[in-house]
Amino acid sequence: MSTTAETGPLPAPEPDPNTEDAPFWAGTAEGRLMLPRCTRCATVIWYPRQFCSECSGQDVEWFEASGRGTIYARTVVHRAQGPWRPAAPYVIAYVELEEGPRVLTNIIEVDPDTVQVGQEVRAVFVAAGPHKIVRFTPEAGA
Amino acid sequence: MSIRGKAYVAGIFEHPGRELPDKTTAQIHAESAAGALADAGLSFSDVDGYFCAGDAPGFGPLSMADYMGLSCSYVDSTEMGGSTYVAHVGHAASAIGMGKCKVALITLGGKPRTGGQGPGGAGRIGTAPESNFEGQWGIPGAVGGYALAASRHMYEFGTTSEQLAEIKVAASIHAQYNPNAFLRKVVSVEEVLDSPMVSSPLRRMDCCVVTDGGGALVVVAPEVAAQLPGTKVKVLGHGEAPKHTSNGRIDLTHSGAVWSGPRAFSEAGVGHADIDYASIYDSFTITVLMTLEDLGFCEKGKGGEFVSDGALVSPGGKLPFNTDGGGLCNNHPTNRGGITKVIEAVRQLRGEAHPQVQVPDCQIALAHGTGGSLGTRMGSATLILGQEDS
Ligand SMILES: [Zn+2]
Repeated sequence: MSTTAETGPLPAPEPDPNTEDAPFWAGTAEGRLMLPRCTRCATVIWYPRQFCSECSGQDVEWFEASGRGTIYARTVVHRAQGPWRPAAPYVIAYVELEEGPRVLTNIIEVDPDTVQVGQEVRAVFVAAGPHKIVRFTPEAGA
Repeated sequence: MSIRGKAYVAGIFEHPGRELPDKTTAQIHAESAAGALADAGLSFSDVDGYFCAGDAPGFGPLSMADYMGLSCSYVDSTEMGGSTYVAHVGHAASAIGMGKCKVALITLGGKPRTGGQGPGGAGRIGTAPESNFEGQWGIPGAVGGYALAASRHMYEFGTTSEQLAEIKVAASIHAQYNPNAFLRKVVSVEEVLDSPMVSSPLRRMDCCVVTDGGGALVVVAPEVAAQLPGTKVKVLGHGEAPKHTSNGRIDLTHSGAVWSGPRAFSEAGVGHADIDYASIYDSFTITVLMTLEDLGFCEKGKGGEFVSDGALVSPGGKLPFNTDGGGLCNNHPTNRGGITKVIEAVRQLRGEAHPQVQVPDCQIALAHGTGGSLGTRMGSATLILGQEDS
């Protein structure tokens, strides 16, 4: 993962997979963005869990998402806390996935000040301990 | 069924301390309780209902009832972050209306400034079901989520940093008259814009203060109020609502006030033009701007225009707000400003705000609390209060 010259690497805290979200983490380990979908009403569920808050269904199936999305909101963090301090400035964003959900993430491998709402981004899989977390980076030319 | 007129706020107390290294959290709760009960003309032995939230130490209401020696027929430890204490007044009025208690004590206290710790509940965040999908991004405390909301508001509606700064400026104009305010210096829009960026688009002066402190409220039944010598304030209406991420389809352009506000106005039977003063939760400037829109004081997206040109300055502005200096300048005790919102609204209705910022003949006031994060999940609570005979 590249970073700008003046800043330290962005920390990548380990997730703690549980029985509800394990298929998500199995997917990211293979570089695939797996999402749960309600088997009753077909709603794509976020955050990953075995409950559909649209229809109260409790059965989900997992499918591979495109990994593409658009920035819905973004902030450049200048004053960070703890282990994040040396990494500032860095970008936190909501990315609206093509499949619908708006997910919290970082936008990486980019000059933070150039990141804009509406920009198209794609998923990047970043090692976090034994797992991989999903960050995003601008599409080439976006 | 309605709580209108079922209960009165008879006692208020805002702890004067902003840095309390030599007090314990339980002690701050108890000192605040003592102050509010004295203000009401009541004592600890009169209390039969107790309300506290995640900032209360130990086992919450059980530990604090023990500490203060309370005998209660009703307890409530609803937890909605900083909005809780506004909601508590509604809950207390409901309980009183149903005959569950007659003298309800609500307390808050903590010391994030010198105690090195945020309010209670922080230790449970790691066990939240969403934590695997929100804990990896370096969200810098509360400001990150509110900054995301501000980012979207600016994108959709063209809201500017100058407009957000107007909110801090108005709060600072009020704070200069409050001897206990943490920040008493009047600031300009330019000074706000020159303050360091924390999490864009929010700068340091868009953020509330971090203070130790506490507060308490005493809410009583009408028959108790009738026996008390001081000026009471009537509870007219209350509404509350959690807002959440809506299965990943979160809309960052509004808060839960779009639901809590209409519930409170409806129960109170008043309209926006009747509101003489408003305490609006001001964890950040964007919190105020969006709440004013969501409560219906202006159209969605027009909050920036609404707050300009001194609209929030008391007296004389079209909607005088946060005349104690608010969370932005006065106090945000234990990172939870709901109780101070109610306290200043009561001061206004009693005519006991500082003379420089007292709204003339303030008859109806609104207090609004916002807890959690505008960026993810939050609690909104709206309270409408009136003069004793309103
Ligand atoms: Zn469903």
